[in-house]
Amino acid sequence: MSEATVDLSTDQQQADKKAHAINMQSLGRVKQDLDIGSETTCLDINGLNLFYDEKQALYDVSMSIPQKRVTSFIGPSGCGKSTLLRTLNRMNDLVDGCRVNGNILLDGQDIYAKGVNVADLRRRVGMVFQKPNPFPKSIYENVAYGLRIQGINKKRILDEVVEWALKGAALWEEVKDRLHESALGMSGGQQQRLVIARTIAVEPEVLLLDEPASALDPISTLKIEELINELKSKYTIVIVTHNMQQAARVSDYTAFMYMGKLVEFGDTDSLFTNPKEKQTEDYITGRYG
Amino acid sequence: MRIGLKNWYKSGEPWVWLNAGAVAISIIMVVGLLTLIAIRGLGHFWPADVIQANYIVPGQESKVIAGEVVESEEVAVQRLLDAGLPVSAEQSEFLERQLIKVGNRDVYGSDFQWILPAFLQGPELPKNIMVVERREWGNFYGFLKEVREGDQAILVDKPLWDTFQQRIARAEGIHDAIYEIEKHQIGRINASLERLRLKERRLELESTLTNAAQAELQLERAELQQEYKQLEQRLGELYQQFNQDHFVAETVDGRQVTLSIGSVVRAYQPNAMSLLGKIAHYGDKVWEFVADDPREANTEGGIFPAIFGTVMMVILMSVIVTPFGVIAAVYLREYAHQGVVTRMIRIAVNNLAGVPSIVYGVFGLGFFVYFMGSAVDEAFFPEALPAPTLGTPGLLWASITLALLTLPVVIVATEEGLSRIPRSVREGSLALGATKAETLWRVVLPMASPAMMTGLILAVARAAGEVAPLMLVGVVKLAPSLPLDGNYPYLHLDQKFMHLGFHIYDVGFQSPNVEAARPLVYATALLLVVVIAILNLSAVAIRNHLREKYKALEV
Repeated sequence: MSEATVDLSTDQQQADKKAHAINMQSLGRVKQDLDIGSETTCLDINGLNLFYDEKQALYDVSMSIPQKRVTSFIGPSGCGKSTLLRTLNRMNDLVDGCRVNGNILLDGQDIYAKGVNVADLRRRVGMVFQKPNPFPKSIYENVAYGLRIQGINKKRILDEVVEWALKGAALWEEVKDRLHESALGMSGGQQQRLVIARTIAVEPEVLLLDEPASALDPISTLKIEELINELKSKYTIVIVTHNMQQAARVSDYTAFMYMGKLVEFGDTDSLFTNPKEKQTEDYITGRYG
Repeated sequence: MRIGLKNWYKSGEPWVWLNAGAVAISIIMVVGLLTLIAIRGLGHFWPADVIQANYIVPGQESKVIAGEVVESEEVAVQRLLDAGLPVSAEQSEFLERQLIKVGNRDVYGSDFQWILPAFLQGPELPKNIMVVERREWGNFYGFLKEVREGDQAILVDKPLWDTFQQRIARAEGIHDAIYEIEKHQIGRINASLERLRLKERRLELESTLTNAAQAELQLERAELQQEYKQLEQRLGELYQQFNQDHFVAETVDGRQVTLSIGSVVRAYQPNAMSLLGKIAHYGDKVWEFVADDPREANTEGGIFPAIFGTVMMVILMSVIVTPFGVIAAVYLREYAHQGVVTRMIRIAVNNLAGVPSIVYGVFGLGFFVYFMGSAVDEAFFPEALPAPTLGTPGLLWASITLALLTLPVVIVATEEGLSRIPRSVREGSLALGATKAETLWRVVLPMASPAMMTGLILAVARAAGEVAPLMLVGVVKLAPSLPLDGNYPYLHLDQKFMHLGFHIYDVGFQSPNVEAARPLVYATALLLVVVIAILNLSAVAIRNHLREKYKALEV
């Protein structure tokens, strides 16, 4: 596992910053405009740059993600929204040659600081991927997995948590009679909700959803969106989506990203109805992307 | 026409035919091989009719012969003439000649005889001719004249044949009792005595052999010797009973012999047998082949010890090779930095699979047996020295050598399996707060287990058929006992063992009685194929079960 390091700015990055001076300026302005009002900040991203070897994928991203709200990242393919999401629980550590500088504070603690227990961070910041990825185990064992990892093996506790998590993911009624059947026999939508159940079973603070509905049919998508609405009372949710309607439907705050930069961030209603940036407007009106 | 041919070529038809042809040829070759082995091997157990005839070679004395036709072939007349046989070269260039198993090695000196059917006169199938399978000297062919108890002929109003069979059954019962005592009870006493000797020697080496300890050992030894005396006495009685009955038989050329009924394994009259009787006899013989110990320098009886040794060795090999191969593959694929060194190691591992197996045998003998074995002996079994315990070829070293031989296969297959686990599943586990090791243990390794089984299947297939290295590190032509028995420590890793592959070589090429052994070569080969097939099929069944259980997501 390659440890991402928190470098101080190197000459290379200084050059990059100069080269993108205009964007820097606009970003600075955006940062000021990022008013999440009286909301409590859950994740605070400050000056985040990310490199895959020499290629820079994120440029000086700064934003505050509010607690117990749904924040969505939108933008065209390859704009870095998934990359940004994956920095939030350090999934990018798994990629060889990935370097990060800047910092991300989770409840005031830098998650990229030395000595941070990555496994523990990932338990606190759960993640659901684009494609449902249940383990080849029973439905029950899938949900219990995170608890077993923590060394909880008491059947009574597991039973309780599994039921609670499956109910939380609106899946309990559908699977309660076949908990011990393989999870691979479920439909795609059910699998994705199972993955969500599995994630909330370990009671994370933040849920990262990476295009959770993109591989699903419309009905399953609807169910997932309903679920997101229910879950936001308990969890801070960050969702990446390439579907603007979805972003508009489910999220309270929206960030628009383009070419690795955060272009605009604000509450969803005003971003969609009254975008401040030209790029944002072009994107949401469908002129590119 | 030209265009037609071109189009035909373009359509891919010739390619399809070529492929189908290649498959067909492969199948024909495999099926042909198995059929040949099966027919040659399995035919041996069928009770063939015994012919009796006058064999009159012009210019020589006529004689009566009896036996089973084993083989017939065409030979050039010129060869027969050169051999001094008065055949006429006018009719044809070739003549048929037959190999007859005449048995009675103790009387005639040889079991087999080549004859020319042209000189046979009046071949017939006498109903009352009998075949007696003996523990020594091969089969006896002839007529039963008398059954004796001691020196007295038994005279009853029952048919003589029934009395004979009864007496054989009685002798067989005694034989079993003797076998039980000699093999198991005396074996146990010997093992205990040996243990006492080693204990005494150990105490002596540690200079703690006090008079009290010595007295105690002496007491135990005396007890065992007492027990042994009793057994010996019992054995004496049994042997007396065993040798009590005799039978008198006459060969077809009129010579009378008196033989002990104890020496008879079974007697039958093939010409008088019904089809059902023959089938029963056949089943009996096949069972004997599979389940009994060999007799007469491996040319008669069964090959159970060889089957047992093969299976035992393969199982031990699997137990050794699987963890090593899997651990090595996991390190190479999951932890090692994928750089030049890793690539070199991978190439080296792949090339190991191509090293001739005899090289592994030499290495095993030099490194495992002599170097490690003697080191282990000095460290753990000093009391037995100078007699080696593990410092001599045996089951353990053979298994380890073959494990080394098959290690590359397991490593390559496991690596392949690990690389096929979808990244998304690993990420799913990591995202739940599992560390890399936990992810490996709980998700990746179970999902890769079918691939490990594939590696193991290939390893088993290779190891079970290997002979050359085994000859150096532990296989013998005749092992006095199985490596697994009732004497402490039950599994004797230091013992030499028998192996089907080596058995084929030994019976086929090292046997004093080539003609008698030949069918057994085929039968043993068939059995080897069957054993490997069974080992493989059970591994395949386990793999399919695992594959079903851990089938990966459709990517």
